[in-house]
Amino acid sequence: MTSDIILQAIVTGLMMGLIYALIAAGLSLIFGLMDIVNFAHGEHLMLSMFSSFWLWSLFGIDPIFSIPITILLMAICGILTHYFLIRYILKAKMLIQICATFGLSIFIRSIAQLLWTPDFRNVDKPLLEGRLEIGPVFIGQPQLIASLVCLLAFFGLYLFVTKTETGLALQATAQDRHAAEVLGIPSNKMFAIGWAIGLGCVGIAGGMMANYFFIFTDVGINFALFAFVAVALGGFGSIIGCLYAGIIIGLVESLGGLLIDPSFKLLYVFAIYLLVVIYKPQGLFGRY
Amino acid sequence: MSEKLLIAKSEPLWNTDKKIISLISGLVILLFALPHFGLNSFYLHLMIMIFMHAVMAQSWNVIAGFSGQISLGHGAFFGIGAYATSFFYVQYGVSPWISIFFGMIFSGISAVLIGIPMLRLSGHYFAIATLLIGISFQVVFQRWDLVGAASGLWVPMTSGDSWLALQFHTSKMPYYYVFLVFFLITFYLVWILSRSKLGFRLRAVRDDPQAALSLCINVSNYKIIAYVISAMIMAPMGSLFAQYILIIDPDRVFNIEISIIVLLITVLGGIGNVWGPLIGAAILIPISEYSRIYLGGTGGAVDLILYGLILMLICVFRPDGLISLVPKNILERKKQR
Repeated sequence: MTSDIILQAIVTGLMMGLIYALIAAGLSLIFGLMDIVNFAHGEHLMLSMFSSFWLWSLFGIDPIFSIPITILLMAICGILTHYFLIRYILKAKMLIQICATFGLSIFIRSIAQLLWTPDFRNVDKPLLEGRLEIGPVFIGQPQLIASLVCLLAFFGLYLFVTKTETGLALQATAQDRHAAEVLGIPSNKMFAIGWAIGLGCVGIAGGMMANYFFIFTDVGINFALFAFVAVALGGFGSIIGCLYAGIIIGLVESLGGLLIDPSFKLLYVFAIYLLVVIYKPQGLFGRY
Repeated sequence: MSEKLLIAKSEPLWNTDKKIISLISGLVILLFALPHFGLNSFYLHLMIMIFMHAVMAQSWNVIAGFSGQISLGHGAFFGIGAYATSFFYVQYGVSPWISIFFGMIFSGISAVLIGIPMLRLSGHYFAIATLLIGISFQVVFQRWDLVGAASGLWVPMTSGDSWLALQFHTSKMPYYYVFLVFFLITFYLVWILSRSKLGFRLRAVRDDPQAALSLCINVSNYKIIAYVISAMIMAPMGSLFAQYILIIDPDRVFNIEISIIVLLITVLGGIGNVWGPLIGAAILIPISEYSRIYLGGTGGAVDLILYGLILMLICVFRPDGLISLVPKNILERKKQR
């Protein structure tokens, strides 16, 4: 009987982990590209969940079909963030960069609270509902689809970054933006593309989660914290490392919650971060 | 750097500009006399909040401005201070005047324990680590039954005003003086710190760790010293705040908002400058209190919107803070000679 519960926890952790991985990939892409940590990442996730919610509530578009719109909106949001804020602080001190994105996060969250109140919302009767029963394990259908879509998007991102010309240009800018500029890669445009793609990833994750997760203004905080942990765990700038790191975090969260004490779930994940940055600062899968 | 060091050595501490000294002493006398000009309790509250936040921001300034480590979880030390006085008073009846020092010691010890592993990290990694630690403190205190778990601690009220129990119910004036004295002591000590050898070494660590290392400055030791000093400045404010409101719970004293506001005040006023936190607090706290009064009833977090906006605008347009608007020659008169 207990083995069934553990199996259930592993499956749940795995599905959650894939979502963490995609969110972290967006963060890692931006971090690797311009050495700026987006402290507003959680708020961007919240925005994407709300965009999915409002598209459902105002226009009756099911979250599953509104995914492309959400991605587009988030990409635009990323470009705007870059254009209005990040562009000015590229050369600033790290302190200023941290404060600026931190300020953005407070700003977005409190604007959202003002506009939409801190109430909890959820999408009522989405197309994806119900659960599958495979042997002793129950799998929620929306969770399953969400994690599969995230996995798919993850590999799409990986192929884009490693195979296409734009992706290679992004990597070149990440390695040395001045050298890349000499070779005719406009770094400013690359940064904008990086933000668009990074937040696009968040858009997919948020849009899929809108199917089954409560939607409220503080929803992003924990996901952003886990994304920070995943980026550190996976190694600086390593996108594929995020996948492993996300899965590890998902498993630690669900197994730790099951085996030790569910009220300290957050702390287990934080402990991993602290252990990794102290003993293996290059991350588990980092190149450096 | 060396030029600055020479100036600091050749000038005795009190031999600063006469005008500045008289300006500051005039200001201090004014602050002591202020409550007697018939301020109502709202203005007293406003001044108390300004003093408190100025000291809290100064604490953050010591670690972030002087030694260059960005801590996003400084609320933890505030909470430790608040819990120290309340817990010892509720459980053992220890006077807050004594347990303020317990709070300082506890948060100093926590700072050492956190600092030894963490301060080897640099930049973003340290910032994220402190953010996580700050939240961990909140999570732990929410579940810790000994200190009242999520419902927190209620400090039993004394029947009347009591200096021993540091509780005043008839007027806010005693609180005003307590906060004022702590504020003055802290600013004086940090001002001395900023001009001492320690202060210069900390700034050397901030500006160029490699060069500092080559001058036999033990970089990680100095970072830990700065972190401990910073934590010990923060803790008494938590203690006094707990005595001021008399009810504390994890969501209030370990709130991430505390970590945010100290950062915001310091960056607004001018980071790395002793007077930056004072300027920041004197501007931001009235904005925040008034926006809460006039717009707070709408249910939205209007003051937080302003915080975020101000923070971004400052970062984009005035990364050195508002103090950079003051002409340099007033701040550093000696350099001209």
